[in-house]
Amino acid sequence: MKHLPLILLSAILLSACEREDREYRSNPVTAETEEKIALVPLSAGPSGPTEHRSGLGKEYEENAYHIAQGKKFYVWFNCNGCHANGGGGSGPPLMDDRWFYGGQIENIVQTIREGRPNGMPSFRGKIPDDQIWQIAAYVRSMGRNVPKAAAPGRNDDMHSGPAEQRRPPGEVIDGGQVPPAAQMPQ
Amino acid sequence: MTRTLTPHDVDAVPEPTRLATGERGGLPGVRSAADAPPSPDELRDDQVDGLELSARLAKTWGTDKGLIGALSTVDHKIIGRRYIVTAIIFLFLGGLSAVAMRLQLAQPENELIGPDLYNQLFTMHGTTMMFLFGVPIGEAFAVYLVPLMVGTRNIAFPRLNAFSYYVYLFGGAMIWVAFMLNIGPDVGWFAYVPLSGPEFSPGKRADFWAQMITFTEVAGIAVAISVIVTVFKLRAPGMTLDRIPLFVWAELVNSFVIVFALPAVVTASAMLILDRLVGTHFFNPAEGGDALLYQHLFWFFGHPEVYIIFLPATGWVSAIVVTFARRQAFGYIALVLSLIATGFLSFGLWVHHMFTAGLPQLGASFFTASSMLIAIPNGIQIFCWIATLWDGRPIFRTPLLFIIGFFFIFVAGGLSGIMLASVPLDSQVHDTFFVVAHFHYVLIGGNVFPLLAAVYYWFPKFTGRMMSERIGIWHFGLAFIGFNVAFFPMHITGLMGMPRRVYTYLPEMGWGNLNLISTIGAVIFFASFVLFLYNLASSARRGPMAGPNPWDAGTLEWAAASPPLPQNFDRIPVVTNREPLWANRDSLPVVTGLSVDNREQIVSTITHGRADLRESTPEPSIWPFIAAVATAILFIGSMFTPWAVVWGSLPLAVALIGWFWPKMSTEDER
Amino acid sequence: MRRISSILLLLCLPLAGCQGWQSALDVHGPAASSLARMFWIFVAVLATVWVLTMAALLLSLRRRRAADADPLVTDPGTERRMTITISAAIGLTLVIVVSLTGLSYAAQKVLFAHKDGTLTLLITGHQWWWQVTYEDPQPNRVFTTANEIHIPVGEPVLIKLESSDVIHSFWIPNLTGKMDAITGRQNQIQIQADRPGIYRGQCAEFCGLQHAHMGLLVVAESKEDFERWRNHQISSAIPPSDAEHQRGMEIFLSKPCIMCHQIRGTDAGGKTAPDLTHVGSRRYIAAGTLETTRGNIAAWIVDPHGIKPGVDMPTIQLEPNEVQPLASYLEGLK
Repeated sequence: MKHLPLILLSAILLSACEREDREYRSNPVTAETEEKIALVPLSAGPSGPTEHRSGLGKEYEENAYHIAQGKKFYVWFNCNGCHANGGGGSGPPLMDDRWFYGGQIENIVQTIREGRPNGMPSFRGKIPDDQIWQIAAYVRSMGRNVPKAAAPGRNDDMHSGPAEQRRPPGEVIDGGQVPPAAQMPQ
Repeated sequence: MTRTLTPHDVDAVPEPTRLATGERGGLPGVRSAADAPPSPDELRDDQVDGLELSARLAKTWGTDKGLIGALSTVDHKIIGRRYIVTAIIFLFLGGLSAVAMRLQLAQPENELIGPDLYNQLFTMHGTTMMFLFGVPIGEAFAVYLVPLMVGTRNIAFPRLNAFSYYVYLFGGAMIWVAFMLNIGPDVGWFAYVPLSGPEFSPGKRADFWAQMITFTEVAGIAVAISVIVTVFKLRAPGMTLDRIPLFVWAELVNSFVIVFALPAVVTASAMLILDRLVGTHFFNPAEGGDALLYQHLFWFFGHPEVYIIFLPATGWVSAIVVTFARRQAFGYIALVLSLIATGFLSFGLWVHHMFTAGLPQLGASFFTASSMLIAIPNGIQIFCWIATLWDGRPIFRTPLLFIIGFFFIFVAGGLSGIMLASVPLDSQVHDTFFVVAHFHYVLIGGNVFPLLAAVYYWFPKFTGRMMSERIGIWHFGLAFIGFNVAFFPMHITGLMGMPRRVYTYLPEMGWGNLNLISTIGAVIFFASFVLFLYNLASSARRGPMAGPNPWDAGTLEWAAASPPLPQNFDRIPVVTNREPLWANRDSLPVVTGLSVDNREQIVSTITHGRADLRESTPEPSIWPFIAAVATAILFIGSMFTPWAVVWGSLPLAVALIGWFWPKMSTEDER
Repeated sequence: MRRISSILLLLCLPLAGCQGWQSALDVHGPAASSLARMFWIFVAVLATVWVLTMAALLLSLRRRRAADADPLVTDPGTERRMTITISAAIGLTLVIVVSLTGLSYAAQKVLFAHKDGTLTLLITGHQWWWQVTYEDPQPNRVFTTANEIHIPVGEPVLIKLESSDVIHSFWIPNLTGKMDAITGRQNQIQIQADRPGIYRGQCAEFCGLQHAHMGLLVVAESKEDFERWRNHQISSAIPPSDAEHQRGMEIFLSKPCIMCHQIRGTDAGGKTAPDLTHVGSRRYIAAGTLETTRGNIAAWIVDPHGIKPGVDMPTIQLEPNEVQPLASYLEGLK
């Protein structure tokens, strides 16, 4: 009992340093992660849908370095061409709480890797897996669905709104309707 | 040992030793039957004598036992000792990180340390050496020695002084804990934006650096103020401006430089933190900020910083040269004036760190001239010291050896500094290992060698025991050889094109052999410090007893016991000469009339050192420690949320209220 | 003894300093040579000052005072002589300082004076490589390359320096001193080479993880060679000549490479990483880190983070039999 504060303190400190770890080489280097994520809690049969998460998500979205890399690649790979700075353009907004295809990091990785109907291209084979994870982690930070301490501060650029780290924590509501503007012409 | 003042001495002191007590109009200064004690139940130091006086004063000025007592102490010697020990621990930590870097650089494409750790290492090395060792060590010696040298019983604002130590300790501990957890800063000790800004330094690493600056600067300014007031107002009667020891002058000028320079870096680091955490745009060119603004602010502090590190060392050199040359300082006035000139000029040089930033040429060349000009006051000091030795009878003990080492190394570093002051030459050697070599010659030569001399010199005063002379000579030899082997080749590697802060280099660059030599030198240099540590530890326990004045020195600290009693002096000495112990070899004139049961000090006039008032100084208190803890909570909290500045001020307010709560004690009634 | 050895070391300095690829004292341009000359003047003057001061110090260590002399008593004659000596020394210091300042200012005037030339380059520092754009009034003659610049001998070349991220510093020691590339600003520097050669430079301002591996080459060559090189650089990449290169190109275009790299004449149009149109003609890859050989290219593609940990070049999924064609295609992009 006497050591409780000490243990607590070291736990806090250790959780802090993971956030700062800089992993440059994804491990294993060339593997593509297998994720099975349920979009709805419904499934055929008595049991719930089977899910498989690699556990990488936490590692990426709690790590400031990965998110900062993701922020850079977001621009490099022209994500902002459609999604702007998260507010959306010809693509849906990324900083709100609505996620057609799921707002967990695994969903987002899947969305980037596989593409989605109505215009989101597949980046499989175009963006290496670890960079997809980094971008997805950054996308999560846009609605501040990552820890504050890991979210990016302002960048050396023009700004229209507060930086990710200063946004209020967001929530994730899966599903929703594709807005008419983004629907394919019938 | 001591004698009371005779009329002859009174004549020797202009308007001496009258302790006015304000409205009472009493003059209890010189022992005199006419002076009635101000209150009958208060014992004064002319009513008791000898051991009883010592014991009673020691009780009045002592520190309580136990943890609370230790944390409450306001004794400048205890705080000073902690300061010195902590700063030297940081010196060793900084040294260890340097050895790790040197091992990595020993051969090209070495894979011992990766770039991430290497960047953290050199940032920690620079930060530790500059902020946690360089600035504090000079102030630490001031805290311990200035009150002794000016003949008073405690430093001015002793609680502020205690507070500053804890703030410094917490700041230093914070950044080293962060480093141990792999969140150490990795942006270099001057943390240029945009690299240290929010975009390119994600996470908390650079925040730790910036907040550590805040900690150490608060601590540094607090001590500087204490020192300034101590020197101005607490000098022993008769210590006119031209009788102030050179060491004290150096610390005084140094404290002024600190007070004026440190706010610039606090501003820079605060703006950096605001950019990083609140999203301001001070350094964001896209929104009208400017990356160069940071450099100007940083170096406006950063260049005086060099002198903040060097000025106390000139004090050590002066004290040691005079003692071991067995001759009073030659050119006292010149030395003091060059100290002051150095202090002023140090603020006019900062741009020479930015010659390659593309500033206007004419402006840059002005800073060439001012940078070279500072060679003049420094030259005067060097020449005066040499003259003192010339006309003296040098006694070659370890402290003097280190001072001779200081001359060899520091002068070389100062001269290579003249090359760096030239805009065109600097454009070639700036940010290369030539600069690394230059500033290690200046800083190790100008601060560490005098520091080692000072430790050997004052160790008997601190502990009552002498350090081993035999190990001392070995220590000096190893340190001198190791230093030069490590750093001289860096001049050449720099000219051969090796930039600083590279974690490795290609084999075809041809820098391998010189780097290997440097590494060997660094290991030898570090070994000399291990020897030093052994000498400290063994001498503290087994060294021969020193007595009050083992070196037969002339300044007042040697009149106190070794180690000094809590009250420093049983009776406050009267100063009739720059070297009081040489002028009054049999016994020192003293003044009497101070309370024995209360912490009373003499407050004197600034210029003439005339005794002016009796003033109580604060009792021990735990509040400075609590205030320091509250400050640490505020500073560390504000790295995570700006609101910490708001809620963090509550505990701080409580601590300050407790600190300044009226005590209703005798000191307030008077 | 130590003194002697360090003086000897000082004498060796010219020998040591003149060798080496990136040495500031191995001069190949007018600016560097005037800087080197000035450096030696400074060294000579300052070394003399140091030697004289140390001689005075050593002489001062002789014991001139009687053992029992009162330390407070001074001899007025000695006092006066020392005052005069020190005043003279200070006067001399002042003279030295003033003349060195004058020398420095004169050199500065010449060094930073604008010389007329025809060639202008825009160099942008990136973490951790150099983007080089050859400017030209004719837009179709503007081209971009990376980490290796060619300049004609004997002609001043104006270099505009910018940065896309953090502060870098452009430094070719053989030719001239350094100049920072600062975010949000443009600095200018002129370089000129007196004789053909390959001169290496390196980023001199700490810029993050791979600051150590941010080199660039300056290839100085005759006017004709330079023009030939420039015309070749303007042209698009040579199409693959054999089956292996063809396969290498297909691999390149189907992999993440195209997200960042450009090869003019193909579909690869990324702009955030070095232009690879003529990468095979450059002497080094990875910003002056590895010599351009097929093996090195393969090593770099397979494990960039083993060579430059933290670089933005990712590790990508490649089949073992894809590496060889890809490397040989890139090597063939002369």
